[in-house]
Amino acid sequence: MTVPYSWVMALSAAIFVIGVAGVLLRRNVLVMFMSIELMLNAVNLGFVALARRLGTMDGQVIVFFVMTVAAAEAAVGLGIIISMFRNRETVNADELNLLKW
Amino acid sequence: MTVSFPALGLILLFPALGFVFNVFFGARAGRNAVNVVGPLVLFSAFGIATWAFVTLLMMPAGSALRTTLWPWIEAGAFHVNVALSLDALSGVMVMVVTGVGALIHLYSVGYMEHDDDYARYFAYMNLFAFSMLVLVLASNLLLMFVGWEGVGLCSYLLIGFWYQNPEYAYNGRKAFITNRVGDAGFVLGILTILAAYGARGIWTLNFTAMRTNAHLVAPAMATAACVLLFLGATGKSAQIPLYVWLPDAMVGPTPVSALIHAATMVTAGVYMVARLNFLFTMAPAAMELVATVGAVTAFFAATIALVQPDIKRVLAYSTISQLGYMFLGVGVGAFSAGIFHLMTHAFFKGLLFLCAGSVMHALGGEQDMNKMGGLWKKVPITYATMLTASFALAALPPFSGFFSKDMILEAAYANNHFVLWLLGVATAFLTSFYIFRLIFMTFHGESRVEPDKQHHIHESPPVMTIPLIVLGVLALVGGWVGLPKGLLWGEAFSRFLAPVVGTFHPAFEPSVAMLTVVSVGLALAGLALAYLFYIVQPGLPALLAYQARSAYEVLLNKYYVDEFYNLVIFRPLFWIATFALSRVVDTFAIEGLVNGTGLTVETGGEVARRVETGNVQQYAFVYVLGVVAIVAYYLYLVTH
Repeated sequence: MTVPYSWVMALSAAIFVIGVAGVLLRRNVLVMFMSIELMLNAVNLGFVALARRLGTMDGQVIVFFVMTVAAAEAAVGLGIIISMFRNRETVNADELNLLKW
Repeated sequence: MTVSFPALGLILLFPALGFVFNVFFGARAGRNAVNVVGPLVLFSAFGIATWAFVTLLMMPAGSALRTTLWPWIEAGAFHVNVALSLDALSGVMVMVVTGVGALIHLYSVGYMEHDDDYARYFAYMNLFAFSMLVLVLASNLLLMFVGWEGVGLCSYLLIGFWYQNPEYAYNGRKAFITNRVGDAGFVLGILTILAAYGARGIWTLNFTAMRTNAHLVAPAMATAACVLLFLGATGKSAQIPLYVWLPDAMVGPTPVSALIHAATMVTAGVYMVARLNFLFTMAPAAMELVATVGAVTAFFAATIALVQPDIKRVLAYSTISQLGYMFLGVGVGAFSAGIFHLMTHAFFKGLLFLCAGSVMHALGGEQDMNKMGGLWKKVPITYATMLTASFALAALPPFSGFFSKDMILEAAYANNHFVLWLLGVATAFLTSFYIFRLIFMTFHGESRVEPDKQHHIHESPPVMTIPLIVLGVLALVGGWVGLPKGLLWGEAFSRFLAPVVGTFHPAFEPSVAMLTVVSVGLALAGLALAYLFYIVQPGLPALLAYQARSAYEVLLNKYYVDEFYNLVIFRPLFWIATFALSRVVDTFAIEGLVNGTGLTVETGGEVARRVETGNVQQYAFVYVLGVVAIVAYYLYLVTH
């Protein structure tokens, strides 16, 4: 038996919302970063599911792009976090609030 | 007959080149070069002008020489060219301006020999000559206005030539601003003329075209234009009510007073009225105004000249008075008489100023006649030439002023302006008195020169006395071109000008002999009275001044006109500027507007920047809200 596409899409949406909630609610920058990865993968899941549903390869190709970008973004993002920690000795988003009036 | 004569441009070119040389290279080239170039360009212009004038004399009456330098304004049917025209009227003016101008430039070489700023002086003088020639040679009203403003600028620059003295600089500004009032009228006059002709489909400011089409202009428009233009003339030619700047202009170098404030610039108003005679004859009311203002100014200024102690101020008020005569002449329709007096006045009044300058030169700059006296033996050439000029000013035959002034007075009398004639002959008496008062106080009687200046008295160098002698001859014979009717070549001057300014039509034929006897008799009476006051009984003037001290005070203080203007015009304007505008409008309106704008932006920013908390998660939350809103909107579109 095959899993209905709507279930896969629902799972994708659920993971995405978990990711959004993580970015908005968690204070640790590292966890926020992981939540972003979660959102990206939720989207990937949706792409793959729809590619199969529509019978084209487009969605799967996009997923490779997303994974590539995510890898690059992870490298840069982690670099930023490390240098931020070196300067401020914290990864708490509430304390990293220089970007203001 | 109209002939193209491109050399007219050279008359302008020479002074212009002189200006450029003196202003850019004069100081580096040194005094000798400037002393050559400054007068030389004027003599060159005089040479070309003579050539052009002789050419004009050879041609039939009513001819003109013309040249168009370049087109200036092209707007549909309206064209203005930078074009020059030399007819009988501008011919006389150009000869006077270049001739007297060249002599005064030459005189300046001697007068300015101790001044370090000679290059700037000659630069301004050349620029003045250029502007004045533009004014008289212009073939249209707009180009004339360019010259008109140019001479005003040079007048300002030269009055304030010794700008290191704040009072001199102030007097320069006073002249400039007073002239602005008149010039505003002049500009409005030009626009009125443009509208008056334009209403008939003729868009022109060219004198020839204006003259040809003058009959089309509505009389009311002509009157308006003439009154406005005459306001300009009262400024430039120092008539009531705008004459106040001229006496104060005497702080400039004396040759400047001779050239600008006696011989040429101040006569520009008379020239303008004569040039536009076809419009003025269409506006009898304006003519009446011109004649009345002229006669009243002549009398009024002459009374002030009676008591002034400053030699140059006497001459300044005398100039105002004589300009009044010229306006009386043109105002009663005797345009050629006005121009005739303009010419002879340029000779004898220019000479009077130069002689006054020579006296001041001898006395180390002294201007107070109470500190002169008995000079005639020490400065014989100055004395002889000044005496000649004084006879001409007092209008005694056969000196030049006699012919021109009598022509004006006869015209006023013959045109039923009896009251104005009476003012004129009364002025003739006063003129004779004040000028011989000047002569007697300066050259005769006991010497009152300050002791430390006694040894210094000397006759001026030849470079100054030669112009005096040439002008002295002209002051004597210059009037002979306009002998009265029936005498030798009688009325030659009027006949020469008639094609341009028309012929004078008297209402009746007066007894010329009777009028001449009256005016000459009064002039002799003035001379006799001055002799009595200042030679026979030198104590008499002081006694009279004491007996009638209120009248004397009023005259000495020039009828308090300056104080009156100060009170009525200057103070209120100053109050408006310093209090109403500066303290109220500027502080509350302007500053309120400017500061209010700044304050609004600042306050708005102060409030709005609170949004920027610096918390990344809040920003992200707003972002998510935005995404949700957009998605919700599209879902709504899809489902409905």
